[in-house]
Amino acid sequence: MCIAFPGKIISIDADNFALIDIGGTRREVSLDLIDQDVTVGDYVIAHAGYALHKVDEEQAKEDLAFLQELIENEIY
Amino acid sequence: MKYIDEYRDPALAKALLGRIMQAARALDRNISIMEVCGSHTQAIGRYGIRKMLPGNIRLISGPGCPVCVTSIHDVDVGIHLAGRMGVIFATFGDMLRVPGTAGNSLQKLRAQGADVRVVASPLDSITLAQEYPDKHVIFMGIGFETTSPTIGAMVMRARKLGITNVSVFSVHKVIPPAMQALINDPSIKIDGFLCPGHVSIIIGAAAYTFIAQAGKPAVITGFEPIDVLDGIRMILEQLVEQRPAVAIQYGRGVSPEGNAKARAVLEEVFTAMDAEWRGLGTIPGSGLAFKEVYHDFDTLKRFEVPEIRSAEVKGCACGDVLRGAIVPDECPLFGQVCTPVNPIGPCMVSGEGSCAAYYKYR
Repeated sequence: MCIAFPGKIISIDADNFALIDIGGTRREVSLDLIDQDVTVGDYVIAHAGYALHKVDEEQAKEDLAFLQELIENEIY
Repeated sequence: MKYIDEYRDPALAKALLGRIMQAARALDRNISIMEVCGSHTQAIGRYGIRKMLPGNIRLISGPGCPVCVTSIHDVDVGIHLAGRMGVIFATFGDMLRVPGTAGNSLQKLRAQGADVRVVASPLDSITLAQEYPDKHVIFMGIGFETTSPTIGAMVMRARKLGITNVSVFSVHKVIPPAMQALINDPSIKIDGFLCPGHVSIIIGAAAYTFIAQAGKPAVITGFEPIDVLDGIRMILEQLVEQRPAVAIQYGRGVSPEGNAKARAVLEEVFTAMDAEWRGLGTIPGSGLAFKEVYHDFDTLKRFEVPEIRSAEVKGCACGDVLRGAIVPDECPLFGQVCTPVNPIGPCMVSGEGSCAAYYKYR
């Protein structure tokens, strides 16, 4: 039930609601619970009608680069 | 899809499995890893991860499916409330088919004419309250720390908007006390925990310090197959190095400090109470009750509930499954009388219940 998806912010309205795009599906989510500054184009993790977290793009890149290294140094 | 497709890359999975094999060989003993979250259980089943792992690495499901751990008495109280006159009962879809005493359920009640609605967000209950001013909307507040802030925020919004015909029947639970109870139980042997990624968005990494202090790895893990394999790798490598710690695999989703704003909402609206978990019994401080200033939004303060005698279904081993004491197919009812079409216990109802995941992907 704690399922949550990364969606891209399309627009933000005056009542602090954002329209987000999750793989082609659009949903409206409240930004009342998120504790980072977000803007149009950011990815947020959304759950039960609320955005909870801004996806950390730098961290994601770094983690993927680390995993990529695993492939290059594959040991069997 | 960005942030999803790259975490389903077969080449990465193969490399991670190589590392997992290597660590498993180095450990040379049986290792049990508990995935605490129901969404992990679902991902492990869906991607066939259990069968990929070396023979000495066992994954066991924990108490991370909210409808599964809801006590049968709370289910019965929900069914009672949904049957009251003038009530619209709103809840998440998972709750509908959970059997109460004598096989009753919200779904059956709805078939008999009760106004039970499935909603995707607690905010929908505000919309319902506005649409039906002469009815009272009860929202069944269920879920862990991922979900409870959304209910807290909804209540604060309802107050701001001056809406008085909505209340919450709170059966919310918090995760760390349940993990503590599992660590304290000598009959359950767990070597490491895959910690729930989305609960951790809110509570942060420090909430699991007690696990590392008990000598066990605790790795906050995401929900794509690469995430789960990477989380398992991190646990095994910690075990090989004998350096148990709290670590974050799901760095794109979780910051070490968590979401302070969401925690402030929880702090504003709720206070800790003892709560009964199916399979685990009563765990001190593991539930959320409304603070006095929000009692006008507490269903149990607005409606008097008569004494209800609840009785568990005979033979259902859901409680043992939730503690990780047995795996689903060790239950005599599993797949015989208890199936997703005709679920006897809640672990077979929810898509993220361990029994349902075992059945679907066996």
